[in-house]
Amino acid sequence: MSADEKLLTLNLKIWRQKDAKDKGQMVDYTLEGVSTDSSFLEMLDQLNEKLVGQGEEPVTFDHDCREGICGMCSLMINGQAHGPEKETTTCQLHMRSFNDGDTIVIEPWRARAFPVLKDLTVDRSAFDEIIMAGGYVNVNTGNAQDANEILIPKESADLAMDAAACIGCAACVASCKNASAMLFVGAKISQLALLPQGQVEAEQRAANMVAKMDELGFGNCTNEAECEASCPKGINISNIARMNKEFLKSAVKSKS
Amino acid sequence: MLNQFFKVITSSIMKKFGMGVTGLLLCGFLVSHLLGNLLIFVGPQAFNTYAHTLVSNPLIYLAEAILLLIFLKHIGLAIKLTIENKMARPVKYYMTQATGRGSTFASSSMPVTGLIILVFVVLHILQFKFGAYYEETYDGVVMRDLYRLLIEFYQNPLNVAWYIFSMACVAVHVSHGFWSAFQSIGFNHPKYTPLLKCLAKLFALVVFCGFSSLPIYCYVQGAQ
Repeated sequence: MSADEKLLTLNLKIWRQKDAKDKGQMVDYTLEGVSTDSSFLEMLDQLNEKLVGQGEEPVTFDHDCREGICGMCSLMINGQAHGPEKETTTCQLHMRSFNDGDTIVIEPWRARAFPVLKDLTVDRSAFDEIIMAGGYVNVNTGNAQDANEILIPKESADLAMDAAACIGCAACVASCKNASAMLFVGAKISQLALLPQGQVEAEQRAANMVAKMDELGFGNCTNEAECEASCPKGINISNIARMNKEFLKSAVKSKS
Repeated sequence: MLNQFFKVITSSIMKKFGMGVTGLLLCGFLVSHLLGNLLIFVGPQAFNTYAHTLVSNPLIYLAEAILLLIFLKHIGLAIKLTIENKMARPVKYYMTQATGRGSTFASSSMPVTGLIILVFVVLHILQFKFGAYYEETYDGVVMRDLYRLLIEFYQNPLNVAWYIFSMACVAVHVSHGFWSAFQSIGFNHPKYTPLLKCLAKLFALVVFCGFSSLPIYCYVQGAQ
């Protein structure tokens, strides 16, 4: 317990939905004794303990590592993906960002491609489908080659690493007013397009991943950069421009 | 092969590409239109002779047809993209709040400013291209006195106000659209993109001040 710790009383407005077919609604809860040192998910744990104690159904939400690196947690908090803090996942958001008596609105990601499964949990397997369409490289089996055998310019390696920091949480889709997945797809295309290892499939990768993204019903980017502003890993929209360029290159070069 | 081609041209990236390219071409039209119209400041003969030279060239029909196609493509894509984007989120959020680090007034109002510009362009063509026809003779050549129509039309302050408001919408539209077009055609550079963003704002300012000065000048000229 830190010296600055305070206890908050919060008014929560949470989206409750029994299953994928249920219409769902916002439900009000009051939660007392929330430590400013607890994380947002710990606050929800506290609420769930209270609900279970009262014999009510706990609120379902996605989470896994709670270290800000797995991309499982989500939540629109007061209309912002992962809440108000910059480059912070919901699990790393702490209750010290809120004040006593605050009303906090908690909703699931909203997109046609991400149907709500229950309460705050959505089905993000659309992202897996996009990766399966081209977000991979082929590698030789057998002995691992020398780590420095393939020369890669430092700048390319850095940019590829920046793009590879994407944890696939889908905050980009959630925060985009068009529910566009272009930052995610741009990052996944970039991390491979920038490296020599990604060149073998380069011709078809962008075309196939974009085709899958369109098929799944994501919206179109209007270059507003809310995705970049909401991304917990600070992925830059220059990756979207790179995807556009890779797609055009692929369309021109394609033999079919 | 045709199937593959169809898939490419109907993809989200190509629609964005189309928006960007037609938008940049329309920015080019704005520049040429402004440069020509600035001849109003030189005088009636210079302006009327310029307009006469333009419309008496047989290639004007081809140029007008291409310009119309660019406009229609830009508007058609805008409508299609906006509808698709609305469909991509069928259940709306209970609460939305911008981060303050991404979208701007210009970027979030593109469909609204675009619609106002569309209404303006239609009225503008009806008011001038198909407006009152006066004649004037310079050096034995009979031509349309468009200058007189302009002076007459902008004696009404409401016409001046609507024009300036429309130009403000054009300025807001291009202040996002200009740099955004480069992003959509795949150009983003750590050095040049910030420059393009500044250039977009400068372009918007030039467009707003340049065009807005014209009806004000006409109003003042007519009052004298």
